Amino acid sequence: MNAGGAYRSAYGPVPRKEDARFVRGRGLFVDDVRLPGMLHGAVLRSPLAHARIRSVDTAAAEAHPKVKAVITGETLAARNLAWMPTLSRDVQAVLATDKVRFQGQEVAFVVAEDRYSARDALELINVEYEPLPPVIDAERALGPGAPVIRDDIAGKADNHIFDWSSGDQAATDAAFAAADVVVTQDMLYPRVHPAPLETCGAVADMDEVAGKLTIWATSQAPHAHRTLYSLFLGLPEHKIRVISPDIGGGFGNKVPVYPGYVCAIVGSMVTGRPVKWVEDRSENLMSTAFARDYHMHGEIAATRDGTILALRATVLADHGAFNGAAQPTRFPAGFFGVFSGSYDLRAAHCQVTGVYTNKAPGGVAYACSFRVTEAVYLVERMVDLLATELGADPAELRMKNLLRPEQFPHTTPTGWQYDSGDYRRTLRVALEAAGYEELRKEQAERRERGELMGVGLSFFTEAVGAGPRKQMDILGFGMADGADLRVHPTGKAVLAVSCQTQGQGHETTFAQIVAEELGLSVDDVEVVHGDTDRTPFGLGTYGSRSTPVSGAAAVVAAREVRERARIVAAAMLEAAAADLEWADGRWQVRGDPAQGKTLAEIAMAAHSSLDLPEGVQGHLDSGAVYNPPNLTYPYGAYICVVDVDPGTGVVKVRRFVAVDDCGVRINPMIVEGQIHGGLADGLGMALMQAITFDADGNCLGGSFMDYLLPTSVECPSWELAETVTPCPHHPIGAKGVGESATVGSPAAVVNAVMDALKPYGVRHADMPLTPANVWSAIQGTPLRTDLALT
Amino acid sequence: MQITVTVNGEACTREIEPRLLLIHFLRDDLGLTGSHWGCDTSNCGACVVWLDGTPVKSCTVLAAMADGHRVRTVEGMAAPGRLDPVQEGFARCHGLQCGFCTPGMMLTARWLLDRNPRPTAEEIREALSGQVCRCTGYENIVRAVQWAARHEADGRAAGPDGAGPGTASPATTASEVTR
Repeated sequence: MNAGGAYRSAYGPVPRKEDARFVRGRGLFVDDVRLPGMLHGAVLRSPLAHARIRSVDTAAAEAHPKVKAVITGETLAARNLAWMPTLSRDVQAVLATDKVRFQGQEVAFVVAEDRYSARDALELINVEYEPLPPVIDAERALGPGAPVIRDDIAGKADNHIFDWSSGDQAATDAAFAAADVVVTQDMLYPRVHPAPLETCGAVADMDEVAGKLTIWATSQAPHAHRTLYSLFLGLPEHKIRVISPDIGGGFGNKVPVYPGYVCAIVGSMVTGRPVKWVEDRSENLMSTAFARDYHMHGEIAATRDGTILALRATVLADHGAFNGAAQPTRFPAGFFGVFSGSYDLRAAHCQVTGVYTNKAPGGVAYACSFRVTEAVYLVERMVDLLATELGADPAELRMKNLLRPEQFPHTTPTGWQYDSGDYRRTLRVALEAAGYEELRKEQAERRERGELMGVGLSFFTEAVGAGPRKQMDILGFGMADGADLRVHPTGKAVLAVSCQTQGQGHETTFAQIVAEELGLSVDDVEVVHGDTDRTPFGLGTYGSRSTPVSGAAAVVAAREVRERARIVAAAMLEAAAADLEWADGRWQVRGDPAQGKTLAEIAMAAHSSLDLPEGVQGHLDSGAVYNPPNLTYPYGAYICVVDVDPGTGVVKVRRFVAVDDCGVRINPMIVEGQIHGGLADGLGMALMQAITFDADGNCLGGSFMDYLLPTSVECPSWELAETVTPCPHHPIGAKGVGESATVGSPAAVVNAVMDALKPYGVRHADMPLTPANVWSAIQGTPLRTDLALT
Repeated sequence: MQITVTVNGEACTREIEPRLLLIHFLRDDLGLTGSHWGCDTSNCGACVVWLDGTPVKSCTVLAAMADGHRVRTVEGMAAPGRLDPVQEGFARCHGLQCGFCTPGMMLTARWLLDRNPRPTAEEIREALSGQVCRCTGYENIVRAVQWAARHEADGRAAGPDGAGPGTASPATTASEVTR
């Protein structure tokens, strides 16, 4: 900002504007919305994983004195709304008509005067099911005689969704043939759920007189939702307003459109009154977007001296009953193609097969950067297994094989263009921060005493900021995002953006971006978001894309304002525009810094009777759309230290050192907060969290009693450090960071636990490394963690 | 049935269904939406309020059980024109992101500091271990509570301008925190 002649950057650990309302309990979340005459909806869900619906009897529910409407699949079918498009070019049942295909699937919707009565009425609906054999195991889903889940698709005779491959298979085969050492490993990245603390919900208000639908929803992508509603419901897009108020965490869970949102809309259409629907925790865990469920086989080839030559991955991807993966690429496995990781390889090849099972749909959610999480886990586990095979130190093996700075921009064996990096420097910073050599000495001493201490590393390269149109879209929409910037006569600014904060602090960070470009105070910039009537089109916030895409749009818009201001300033200063320079947050005459004008002065003049130069209409407002030329590639080096109790299998994470390079940091306080949260997620996935099923398809992770999340006592005090390698193609060099820690940390934790278990000869055990699983691994039989089958 | 609950010092009398949960009484009947509902099973603590001075999970307390008792919610934390140091600490130390768990976390932290004015990091973690935050990884929540403890120990109440010790923000004042 420029105040009293003292200029200082707007970047830095600025306290968040958002917090004033949150610490007072005055946020506005969807369930806080109360409209006049509002009714409440509740969803009836299937108790069975796979069954034909013989009949749905709603008479008793409709007779309930407080019930206003009961909606079934047949009601929707009459409006041609029983099936809706997913974000992966499949369809999903809004309310089941023919069959139920997972436990918890939506079957009917009750609208009543209050939320308790709506729940009561669910008990009065009688659904007659004909049970069918469920398909729970992804491998058996493709086996002979497996029941066909998606018989709604004409001609479908199996549970196969797609085959996709990437990389040069022949070159990879040749590299493996020439290798001294080949290591292979099966590993599962279990099904997990993002479990934001606020569940999903909506308040739909169909104004039949105005013909306008307003829907308050827990949406990370309000504009994408509006377009989808328009195409699906047949309503004109300008007559739909999607409002995402404060969102209580998203992590990818709130990208898709869920049946409950559509039911609330139809409920409002049917009753003529606003309808609120908010799911409970079990509904959230059992029916909304899960993540991972990747059954992976990894192979790594190297020379005896530890030069990694090539990687292979074969994956069976469990997508659940509908292919609802919310990912924006034209590759059905998302960004899994970055599985060659951060290393200088000759070749890599992956093959991914997607299958239907009788489980909830999803697959891409939970801060995963569209499968980068699975990719990083695979390569970082394989590198550790190779180190064990070679008897090499895992840090030295990584240091030897990491890409070197002069190799950037780097095209990977699978065709991704990494933008910038100094990987070895970042790893060195991490090793120093952790005191790596001392840790290894301590570990040796403890092993002498029979104690199980482990040190685990991971080095990850993220792929974020989706994305370039040539490779990415959602339902055919390119992934550009807009920014509108208005500058008021007094020099106060309002920035409207299409991205959607769920706790990332956009109201602060984006104000800092504009303030920095225009020499304003952060307090002088208001950020508007979460309302499709007030913001430009764009695809929202997920995949760590807000700063890489919307942030860039804000910069471009601000720089256009600055150029307009230059012409006005020239007129004010009676100088040629070419003779002005932007310095210290204002336009001033080159060589005569005393002659200058701040944006506030210029804005007032631009709105005044000042005689403006030809071609300048007055006002400084601008708008921009940013269409990213490439992804950005943040990266980091993580080191985890664990202690394992050999008697109980309990893992205690003693230390966790995280060195992230996300390019330029606008608000380091917020960046560190993002990393802290992702590290806790990674610890949770590695040690605690999994959505499992029994043989009948009953979900065994349907509450927080069963789906364990890390609390303050499981988490260590995170130790953070940074390196800064700017992104060369982003206007301010930022790369995005929201998902880095979730992507990078699980492998570090697992590598640490496997390192601790080395005295027992344990080579691999799948996440989550619960006490039971670790104890079993010590006994020589690690658990299969995706199924409760034995 | 009719109940009278003293919420944030004000007696509130309402006709309710006997099965009504305290969280829904506060949110739907009284319009105090600062307390949130997150899990149904007493695991997450988004619904924590004080009942007669003790933190409880209001999703598993019947409103009827609060009849004749005192409830304190996040809306009752700040004095007029002045935030509680715990609220101040959460804002200064980035102890919140989405803000959903924050009211419950702050109320438990306030309870802790009333009994243990200088808790260790481990004691803070233990006190908050019945609650879940999905955003912060807990690190800055611990720092926020430590900030509040230091602030109170220094005997300097947060002024209306939010000035106080341990300022985490060299770049700007905390004017937006307290406005």
